[in-house]
Amino acid sequence: MSNNIIEVKNLVKKFNNITAVDNISFSVKEGEIFGFLGPNGAGKTTTINIICTLLSLNSGDVTLCGYNVLKDKNKIRNCIGLVFQDPSLDDRLTAMENLNFHSLLYNVPRKLIKKRCEEVLETVDLTNRKNDLVRTFSGGMRRRLEIARGLIHYPKILFLDEPTIGLDPQTRHKIWDYIIKLKKNQNITIFLTTHYIEESEICNRIAIIDRGKIIAFDTPEALKDMVGMDIIIISSKDNNKLKFYIEKKLNKKVEIHEDDNIKFEVKNSSNFIPDFIKNCPVKITSINARKSTLNDVFLNLTGREIREEYMNAKDNFKLKMRFRTRM
Amino acid sequence: MKELAGIYIIWLRDVKKFFRDKPRIIGSLAQPAIFLFILGSGLAISFQVFGGGGGKDYLEFMFPGIIGMTILFTSFFSAMSIIWDREFGFLKEVLVSPLSRASIVIGKNLGGSTVAMIQGSIILIFSPILKIPITVVSILKLLPIMFLTAMVISSLGITLAARLKTMQGFQVLTNFILMPMFFLSGALFPLVDLPKWMAYLVIINPLSYGIDAMRTVMLGNSYPQLHPLYINVIVLSAIIIVITFIGILLFNKQE
Ligand SMILES: Nc1ncnc2c1ncn2[C@@H]1O[C@H](COP(=O)(O)OP(=O)(O)O)[C@@H](O)[C@H]1O
Ligand SMILES: [Mg+2]
Repeated sequence: MSNNIIEVKNLVKKFNNITAVDNISFSVKEGEIFGFLGPNGAGKTTTINIICTLLSLNSGDVTLCGYNVLKDKNKIRNCIGLVFQDPSLDDRLTAMENLNFHSLLYNVPRKLIKKRCEEVLETVDLTNRKNDLVRTFSGGMRRRLEIARGLIHYPKILFLDEPTIGLDPQTRHKIWDYIIKLKKNQNITIFLTTHYIEESEICNRIAIIDRGKIIAFDTPEALKDMVGMDIIIISSKDNNKLKFYIEKKLNKKVEIHEDDNIKFEVKNSSNFIPDFIKNCPVKITSINARKSTLNDVFLNLTGREIREEYMNAKDNFKLKMRFRTRM
Repeated sequence: MKELAGIYIIWLRDVKKFFRDKPRIIGSLAQPAIFLFILGSGLAISFQVFGGGGGKDYLEFMFPGIIGMTILFTSFFSAMSIIWDREFGFLKEVLVSPLSRASIVIGKNLGGSTVAMIQGSIILIFSPILKIPITVVSILKLLPIMFLTAMVISSLGITLAARLKTMQGFQVLTNFILMPMFFLSGALFPLVDLPKWMAYLVIINPLSYGIDAMRTVMLGNSYPQLHPLYINVIVLSAIIIVITFIGILLFNKQE
């Protein structure tokens, strides 16, 4: 057997007339952090739910640890941990009770339960709150508890569906640290989905998914090399004249942003800028250069930005529910 | 063995949450108290006014019916908590675990039924005030009947909850299933000399067997009995098995 722990071939999933997952194929290697990056409604959660045996599929072939999702549901359920996109704790129970509940569901040997619970609580820094009701927890603490819960039964693969959605940047970074630490210390395979560019940077490999299709699949570095250029953003006293200059004299393709910025790509920004400023005929009010990001990759492939994606009513509602229950 | 641990923890969650929610325990005494003390006393007076005495007997007749009512509502609402669990995401955590759907359904049923039985027993504290004769022996017989009745209602609720995605359908169920079940159960009036259509509804009403059995073990045969006790027990058990089976099938079906 290869070291592919998940294999997905030609997977299709339709809801009534919407094709949520449109003939995708990919594989996840044992021990890696694998990421699904894509805007809302791209089909990330649907794919995870199929791999985790929660949803049926229309066609295709999905195996995990060599088990088929349609035939060996229980074997698969035994070897995965899943942290759902939406909250899934019982907030009328304490942290410890939630963990204990999970341990018995997963048949963790009685003698080990207490030790495992303390161990995972330690990992996510919640030991001192273990006997408090989950209702009294902040959003970040709940998320950490959910991650801890997913680890109690020592899964081979941990699925994290949008692990940091709706959290503040500080908590977000903390959770990324946990994920990286986890992978290092326990050597489990991690499959995460996200629509945050920064989050996908912690992955070893990512699949960029849009409208049910995988449109790119590689390491983050390789994907960024695909764009391969640095991005320059300028604003000036006379944008039209500047645009004309850059297009005609420098032969670059220019975009004017709605916020009156001019944007174009160059090979090497540190060499380009000094010359450019010296020769530019228009007075420049600001200039900004940055390395390309995965957002540029997405933009390049689809002509849209991940961020500006519409949110459908259902997701919007879910997000509101999440804030309501998390605050 | 591993399924038993799962059944146990699902049961324990419901029981724990019940004891933790003291206001709910006390609050749920209000409805039976209103029925017994206001409706019961009022109807008892009206029976004396309109005909042949027997006013005090009516309260005695009604008492097992009110225990049945408490069990009906408690176990049905417990089963409906599955819909909350679905809406708040907790159900997914259970469904993605290796525990079989059968054990999930059984654990949930036992949890709701235990809570309903406890809630039903609490009604017994009204019996000295209303001078209802009860003995230790009759209580010991009553407990398993209460549990069986609760299991019937739980299985029905759980099976309905398997298909209900949101709480919206809940009000409809309460009005179209719960209330008719209650009024046609023999809780408030004896089920004798009924019009044909009502008699048929009584036959298919699981609660009528439970309340009949409770009345028999509490008060003997001093009031009209529908069926002998053993028939009631057999019918209740049979309904539990059939509906639970359907519930498991529904939970096993994937989207
Ligand atoms: N249960 C469902 N019924 C109908 N449509 C659904 C259901 N779940 C998801 N969808 C639709 O499938 C598409 C993909 O959704 P999802 O997998 O949740 O996307 P993501 O997780 O990438 O945001 C969306 O268009 C969504 O509206
Ligand atoms: Mg999603």
